[in-house]
Amino acid sequence: MSLDQKILVKLKDAGFRLNNKWLVKGVSLQIEKGKIVTLIGPNGSGKSTTAKIALGIYKNIKGEVEKYTDKVGYVPQKISIDWTLPLRVYDFMVLTENLKEGSINEALSLTGVIHLKNKNLGDLSGGEFQRVLLARAISKKPDLLVLDEPVQGVDFTGEIALYELIKNISEKLNCGILLISHDLHTVMSATDHVVCLNGHVCCSGSPIDVARNNEYKALFGEQASQILTRYEHRHDHIHTNEGEIKKN
Amino acid sequence: MFDDFFIRALVAGLGIAIVTGPLGCFIIWRRLSYFGDTLAHSALLGVTLAYSLEFNIALSVFIISSFIALILIDLQKRTNLPGDALLGLLAHSSLAIGLVVIGFLSFIRFDIMGLLFGDILAVTIDDLLIIGIGGPLILLILKLIWKSLFASTVNYELAEAEGLKPDRAKAIFTILMAGVIAISIKMVGLLLITGMLIIPAAMARNVSSSPQSMVIYSILGGLLSVMLGLFVSLEFNTSSGPSIIAAALFLFILSLLKIKQSIKLKN
Repeated sequence: MSLDQKILVKLKDAGFRLNNKWLVKGVSLQIEKGKIVTLIGPNGSGKSTTAKIALGIYKNIKGEVEKYTDKVGYVPQKISIDWTLPLRVYDFMVLTENLKEGSINEALSLTGVIHLKNKNLGDLSGGEFQRVLLARAISKKPDLLVLDEPVQGVDFTGEIALYELIKNISEKLNCGILLISHDLHTVMSATDHVVCLNGHVCCSGSPIDVARNNEYKALFGEQASQILTRYEHRHDHIHTNEGEIKKN
Repeated sequence: MFDDFFIRALVAGLGIAIVTGPLGCFIIWRRLSYFGDTLAHSALLGVTLAYSLEFNIALSVFIISSFIALILIDLQKRTNLPGDALLGLLAHSSLAIGLVVIGFLSFIRFDIMGLLFGDILAVTIDDLLIIGIGGPLILLILKLIWKSLFASTVNYELAEAEGLKPDRAKAIFTILMAGVIAISIKMVGLLLITGMLIIPAAMARNVSSSPQSMVIYSILGGLLSVMLGLFVSLEFNTSSGPSIIAAALFLFILSLLKIKQSIKLKN
């Protein structure tokens, strides 16, 4: 059983159908402690649906989901908050769990928004709100983090820093992460396992394996494949626009 | 200084205000004011049944209101009608059935005005007992489901994903609403209960910046409305329900001034 204890969530041939249309089907994957699993795929390929199946948000699913933890942090792709609620960043941080002041401050500092702690949630910009969402998810020190496009709307330098943070958190907390992202560059360098979706699992494996897969190439094009394979080697140099190679 | 009936009414009203304060906030946050109206309308049927079966009024109202809530949930699943149409259907048909039943019970003298708008003379020691037990019970249950209910009010999927069981909290909250209507029907009257729930909470929204402070202001607003309303009711011999609601409206209008001020400060 020691092997099983590492597993946080396991999907077996899982699928979800809404109004007679399969949003996604035949998904098998597992998320383990300390590992990052990334879902990629075009719009409407069922990435968010797969995440919601794994989280247990969808009830009438086909196939099986086994969830071995209740300590979950979730950053949804879309969140609509009703502003009839007077809600500060602080209130949002303690939404699903009562946290110590220290944990709240730490998480908000890590995502760079500690100065917004007492601000009204409705007054934040898109990028600021996204940082608060991420801070909330990590502040409870979960076993499982599900991050659905966690850096959308965040500025470029912030994006890199936040991906770095996500990687650090998976190591520090030894938690499993299910990540959904469109940014192949940044994600691939940190991912252990990639699942490429297009209504079903089109291919999966390590980033390199997926990049070499023909179905993946057909879905994303040759260029995307090159992006992934670039991570095969350790970067000790920079490719300049002119095609030269510079040593770091 | 005051007559016994007035003291009883005051104690009952203050007790009710403490319960309607936090529940009213949730009714505003979750946009349930018309749902509250429907439950309150159905309460008339509960009252008439209580009279005809010689049963406790609060308990009977509680049972009928919960029953109507269940029918509503069932109808939502079975039909394609929009929610507000179903609420209207249930509200007015249960009110109508209640009035028809009253017609049949010609041997009992009903104070219809009292039922619809509240009557401070009608508050008995038994009613105080019901408020004294029911009120704290409702607040206790609300406190237990608070985290789950509040989280799912902010975002259902977050609450569900992070293991807070929002569906259960919603079902329990519906029962609590039936409960608060049951304990406040005599005081406020069934046509005005929703007003007692939402007007102090609406006033509180205008002056607060966090959920906790909104709940506190909502309770304070309710307490003040009851005191003001009952004194007016005593002084000018008006119905208790409308007087309390009018007092709540007065506080709401005052709270609008505070909004104007803060907007001015921002500019």
